[in-house]
Amino acid sequence: MGRLSVDLCGKELDNPIIPASGTFGFGYEFAELYDINCLGTFSFKGTTRDMRFGNPLPRIAECESGMINSVGLQNPGIDKVISCELPKLRRCFHKPVMANVSGFSTDEYAEVCERLDGEDNVGWIEVNISCPNVHGGGMSFGTDPKMANAVTKAVKAKTKKPIIIKLSPNVTDISEIAKACEEGGADGISLINTLLGMRIDLKTKKPIIANKMGGFSGKAIFPVALRMVYQVYEAVKIPVVGMGGISCAENVVEMMLAGACACQIGAQNLVDPYACRDIIDDLPRVLDKYGIKNIKDIIGGAH
Amino acid sequence: MKNCIFTVNENINIAKDVYKMTLSGDTSDIVFPGQFVNIALSGKFLRRPISVCDVNGNELTLIYKVVGGGTEQLSKMTGREKLDILSGLGNGYDINVPGKRMLLCGGGVGIPPLYLLAKRLIAAGAECICAFGFADKCDVFYTDEFKKLGCEVNIATVSGALGTKGFVTDIFPEEYDYVFTCGPEPMLKAVYKKSKTGGQFSFEARMGCGFGACMGCSCKTIAGAKRICKDGPVLKKEEILWED
Repeated sequence: MGRLSVDLCGKELDNPIIPASGTFGFGYEFAELYDINCLGTFSFKGTTRDMRFGNPLPRIAECESGMINSVGLQNPGIDKVISCELPKLRRCFHKPVMANVSGFSTDEYAEVCERLDGEDNVGWIEVNISCPNVHGGGMSFGTDPKMANAVTKAVKAKTKKPIIIKLSPNVTDISEIAKACEEGGADGISLINTLLGMRIDLKTKKPIIANKMGGFSGKAIFPVALRMVYQVYEAVKIPVVGMGGISCAENVVEMMLAGACACQIGAQNLVDPYACRDIIDDLPRVLDKYGIKNIKDIIGGAH
Repeated sequence: MKNCIFTVNENINIAKDVYKMTLSGDTSDIVFPGQFVNIALSGKFLRRPISVCDVNGNELTLIYKVVGGGTEQLSKMTGREKLDILSGLGNGYDINVPGKRMLLCGGGVGIPPLYLLAKRLIAAGAECICAFGFADKCDVFYTDEFKKLGCEVNIATVSGALGTKGFVTDIFPEEYDYVFTCGPEPMLKAVYKKSKTGGQFSFEARMGCGFGACMGCSCKTIAGAKRICKDGPVLKKEEILWED
């Protein structure tokens, strides 16, 4: 056990750094650059029951200190993920991975989780009830406490893997949603997904994103994410995984002080593919600087 | 893919809003013509993808057009600036194709990647006929450089101020064995319709990462979904699926 190790729902991570779903694919692009076994774990590309192409282009718009994406859950579907991606992943990543799943009905969420239950290299299932880029699914489950509770119960009934529910920030009271998930049996909460945002092209005078709106992420959202992690930490007893705008080791320490037991890094991977590796390498220096012996000692320290 | 620091050597205006920048750095991952680099700029969150025009040892040549704040920032550089660059991105053109007479069809800033391609094709013994399209005379660049490589260069301008009035498809040669093209999508579509041979088409898209992680630039093809940045930007003619 090193000074960076943390516990996530009963499984030890070598360090609290987890690339966020949708910014790390199934790991291969990054495995070409560095040994991704240095990561705590990573959350793989959001997977649905059926294959999805996703939204029309353009899907990306730049913002001040961040970006908007409207990918729309492009993925090969659970069959291909199990038959192709997971075996391929085993060759370059030797730790348990976090499976990220999404759906359009409670049954679909349950079915995908049931399929993953027997996969030995899946350590946790992160259930995304917060995708802002699909209609009739995703975020609509994460903005209503009753539906969030129902999805949690449905997936818990189908798998023994720890269930982490990923929440949307696009709600009035995120604590209420987190409590509904905890009551439904969730083993952990992760937050925040992207904030619904928009850009308009001054030349065409129309939205840049084909789907008009998309999810805003990147450095700019860090204070919002930090605030929500702080609130959710006070509202629930289960572990909280913090994410949103983290770009350096100092941000990780700050997020953990707010209550995160581990941190996900998202948009920063897209502009700096070495971001996670470099943050892990830099953490001991930052811990020394602030007189922290073991990183797990600071979780929730700001409360 | 490699992440390296490049130093700007020179940055000159060569046509209206078009700049040629040469840089020094580790170019070892730039293997195929048609690949691109992704440049980090201070104050901009996303990198700027620019196609590779030429590589000579550790010297990299980029030609880009000022289309927004990022490329404007690039255009202001005068030399010695250090740039954080992801290099060797994308699949690039495959020059192992049937035939000897190659048609290189380019529109505007779609032309630069065809330069390294022409060099490689000529070195491999092929003949290159270029059909280049520009909006107007003030937009024309690099035609002499292609001629110096030994290419036959034909020009069309929309205004008619230089070369044939019209589009690249108006200056197609009678005979050619294969087509390589890069330019705006309407041009690619016209070339696709007019060309009777096999070909390779280089596409452009708004990208997130530029290296295949975010799925921000996926397109549908006959062979399923492909990422323009990683599985492209060059697609074979037979796999293209136009979406109208």
